Amino acid sequence: MDFLFYMGDVFTPINFGLLLLGTIGGLILGATPGLSPTMAVALLIPFTFQLEPQQGLILLGAAYTSTVAGGAVSAILLKIPGAPANIATTLDGHTMATKGEGAKALQLSFLASAVGGIFGVFLLIFLTPVLAQWALAFGPSHLFWLAILGVTVIGTLDSSSVVKGLLAGCIGLWLATIGFDDIMGAQRFIFHPSISGGINVIPALIGLFAIPQVITMFTKGRSSDDAEIISVKRHPIRLAFVEVLRRKTALFIGTITGSIIGLIPGVGGQIAGLVAYDQSKKFSRESEKFGTGHSEGVIAAESANNAMVGPSLVPLLTLSIPGSPTAAVLLGGLLIHGIFPGPDLFMNYPQVAWTFIDSMLIGQILMCIFGLYIAGLAARVARVPHAVMAAVVLGLAVFGSYSVQNSMGDVYVMASLGVGMYFLERFGFSAAPLVLGLILGPIAEANFIQGSMIANATVGMGSYFFTGWLNWLLILIVLASVSYSIWMEIAQRRYTTKDDAVAKEEAMS
Amino acid sequence: MRSLPRSQHIIASGLIAAVGVTIAYISYTQEPAGAYVFPRLISSVFAVLAIWTFVKAVLGRTKVGNGISGEAMLRMAPGLVVTLVYVFWAAKALGFYTATTIAFFILVSLYDPAPHSQLKTWAKRVAITAGFMLVMYGLFAQLLNVFTPREILF
Repeated sequence: MDFLFYMGDVFTPINFGLLLLGTIGGLILGATPGLSPTMAVALLIPFTFQLEPQQGLILLGAAYTSTVAGGAVSAILLKIPGAPANIATTLDGHTMATKGEGAKALQLSFLASAVGGIFGVFLLIFLTPVLAQWALAFGPSHLFWLAILGVTVIGTLDSSSVVKGLLAGCIGLWLATIGFDDIMGAQRFIFHPSISGGINVIPALIGLFAIPQVITMFTKGRSSDDAEIISVKRHPIRLAFVEVLRRKTALFIGTITGSIIGLIPGVGGQIAGLVAYDQSKKFSRESEKFGTGHSEGVIAAESANNAMVGPSLVPLLTLSIPGSPTAAVLLGGLLIHGIFPGPDLFMNYPQVAWTFIDSMLIGQILMCIFGLYIAGLAARVARVPHAVMAAVVLGLAVFGSYSVQNSMGDVYVMASLGVGMYFLERFGFSAAPLVLGLILGPIAEANFIQGSMIANATVGMGSYFFTGWLNWLLILIVLASVSYSIWMEIAQRRYTTKDDAVAKEEAMS
Repeated sequence: MRSLPRSQHIIASGLIAAVGVTIAYISYTQEPAGAYVFPRLISSVFAVLAIWTFVKAVLGRTKVGNGISGEAMLRMAPGLVVTLVYVFWAAKALGFYTATTIAFFILVSLYDPAPHSQLKTWAKRVAITAGFMLVMYGLFAQLLNVFTPREILF
């Protein structure tokens, strides 16, 4: 029950103020189409430099939680999901809003988000120490395979092409090798003086997530988003509570589905919301009402996409393997404060770890309270013209990446990677495996070299890296994720024409 | 739905394959060899996957990625040029705040759907730019104490 011991730290004036700031800011950012939770958290990192580690993490954690929930506002009132995680919410949420039940849909979405989110954080609280204890037994070969597992799982599950997903992971791993070699001190792949010290993760993350969005906004030209905000009529919150409790099957399915999906590295909130929506429809007595403005659709989708937030941090905090791009960005936030997550995080930095987790728990409640009150304001912010949004994001990206080390080199790296990533995305490559490769590359290399040294002095490379049940298990998961994705890709192609695939992909982008 | 020309995929995957092969070549030829053990492992997989992707593109079997239409390229080009000039030249040469103000104003004016002929539109753009720059100055210069390049202006 360590989490109760540190609960008081969340309520110190500065910590609680940052939690409020992150929650309210996250709700507004989340409601803005084009600002994904990952990008919002990446842009916030420079603002945490001068804060204590736990304060910085509280801000980032609150922003992560509430951007996911805030995306429901524009999904319901504008029919534009604030983030991919809110796609399923538009199906019934917007229909409810057009029927004059916008306030009810928003209340249901925030209440369901809070229930799902709190369950997810409890899962994080109870699973993390157990896994961390277990992870203490990991040696260099296991950590090497874990890093490879992190890249391959995200590379294969997060991308529409297995080969391109793995290739993006390789690009990330290679980028991580640029700079000085830790063992021999040799310089590697220095093509320009600005990368002589290697690629700093924070500017890279900002560039990879923010700049492609900026360029995408440029491609819209001078067109205006003519989405109309649907006005909301008052709806008693008491009735929304009763409705959520009455739809407990949808709430249960959403929460459990989201929590399980959150634990699987690489499978994001978008999938959690859609799977929960689909399963709730299957188990509902009123399945024919789904898609016509049914409250169960909103409850299932929103409880799922917030329930995945907590569990998605379990691999990060226990094994230092970020399970999602946003977790990767949070890892960047930890690293700049000199904190390396892993099995010993709870022994070395219990206050940082538990205060952060506790703040996510309190953040869920704050998100629910403030979400209900500022939904209208958030929807108005969501209509900020994309010309202004693009310029604001670019300005923040440039200032944010410069402020990491007061270096123009970081700004060049940010812009180069960002522009490159935009073009890669247009050709079917995804940013997530590249980011994971960049972050996990040093872990993979350090453990590979350390493992090689141990292997050469003892049993040899083959025996060291390819024997033992834990190595086998990890290799098996790597192979299974690759095989499953290849099989899914082949099965999908068999039933989908190329034109359908192109249309689907354009709709998604 | 129109699928984009195969040549775009060939060029893109060809460039990636060239990068992959170059990295593999460097990894296997540079000294000290001990520093390149891990890069060799990565670059070999990188090169193989990149060549695979290139061959698939040449054979016209690329299934994902819509490429960039000429129309999108034309719409994006002015913004991209302003961004690149701002980041790689103006921010250092003119000073961070001056360059950001100019780039922000140009970008907002370029992509704002409001008509250019109205004075009110321009006043609004100037006000938005001034507001944004005030926030940036307050956040970065005052709150975070980030000392940005001042150069010939500010």
